[in-house]
Amino acid sequence: MNAWVAALGFLVFGPLLGALLAGIDRRLTARLQARQGPPLLQPVYDVLKLLEKDTLVVTPLQGLYLWLFLFFMIGAGLILFTGGDLLLSLFALTVSGIFLCLAAESTNSPYSHLGASRELMLMMAYEPMLLVAALGFYLTNDSFRVSVITEAAPWQPLQLLGILVGFLFVLTIKLRKSPFDLSTSHHGHQELVKGLTTDFSGHHLALVEIGHWYENAILLAWLYLFFAPWGPWLAIPIALILFFLEVLVDNTHARLTWSHTLKASWWVTLLLGTTNLLLLAWWVR
Amino acid sequence: MSFLKRSPWILHYAATSCNGCDIELLACLTPIYDLERFGIINTGNPKHADILLVTGSVNEESRRVLENLYHQMPEPKAVVAIGACALSGGIFRPAYNVYGGIDQVIPVDVYVPGCAARPEAIIDGVVQALALLDARAKAHKRRGQVSIESP
Repeated sequence: MNAWVAALGFLVFGPLLGALLAGIDRRLTARLQARQGPPLLQPVYDVLKLLEKDTLVVTPLQGLYLWLFLFFMIGAGLILFTGGDLLLSLFALTVSGIFLCLAAESTNSPYSHLGASRELMLMMAYEPMLLVAALGFYLTNDSFRVSVITEAAPWQPLQLLGILVGFLFVLTIKLRKSPFDLSTSHHGHQELVKGLTTDFSGHHLALVEIGHWYENAILLAWLYLFFAPWGPWLAIPIALILFFLEVLVDNTHARLTWSHTLKASWWVTLLLGTTNLLLLAWWVR
Repeated sequence: MSFLKRSPWILHYAATSCNGCDIELLACLTPIYDLERFGIINTGNPKHADILLVTGSVNEESRRVLENLYHQMPEPKAVVAIGACALSGGIFRPAYNVYGGIDQVIPVDVYVPGCAARPEAIIDGVVQALALLDARAKAHKRRGQVSIESP
């Protein structure tokens, strides 16, 4: 029964939460640049507008891939929020990312292709750290199940400190923030135009946006998992603060090249993630 | 009300302009004018854009680009011509290579005069285009969503 409520809650409130986070993000960015910024619900207005526009279809495949992107994104969230297997949720998230790349690759625009190949490179950059994070949760709880992880010992955030810092590093990639917004730039008038989404319009672009709202909710839930043993009243504010620290990073850094990104994230994974994992394995034993 | 009024995304194309109007247009995005307050984003991508802002006296080279950009924008859409050159060719009107006005090439909805056009005038032009877009979105909804445009 509880799982059904959680699933329904994620389906309905997940995108709302994600849209609100995106709205706060845009407003915060504007304030950091001494501007007033758009209304909080601007991302919602954007999507409702996109649904009013015509959809230009370059290839029929793009619609299929984008629907699958959204499907697997929601699947990943449902597994996570119903207390299912963390590893399975992670794999569903990866599959969803792959479908977005396929959609971008199926169109004709060279900017879209560039965005897709850069996105694949970014996946190589962040995927090891996400796996290490999942393994870290397994070592502290002897289970990949989210329902078990939320009831971990209160010193879990300390046990996973290195993994947490590494996770925050790759979260910047996953949220497509500067210095790692290689695959799709926030501002379309840059050299990449819009990267991955250059050739999508109308309904198809709306699908991508809604997918990103779900993704925001999922990533916030991952952050929450680290602090879950401290109870929601402490864990949710901490997760939100860390989430908005990413906005600060976004506004204070210039974009890196893909080779720098790959090197930096693998070094972070190795030094913080794997070291933490080895220490944890030694300690647990 | 159509949501187009709440989130109009613009595409800016300089059709052989002297960059005077372009600088004024980009000034609209700076903290003083902050167009993002109204949900306006400068997309560099015709497939995401709702309003095409054109500056400069269009010539043979930029005509093809301009037509291409216009046809790549999904309906409903609006076009705003900015500055004396975009309206009539301006001081370049007698030149042999100049078309003399954007409306010689693509249909224009709003004309913003000035050399260079002031940011306030540009914002006013965009607001007028929003009213047009709103009416077009309603008509578009009545006709049905699918409209295939022949280039």
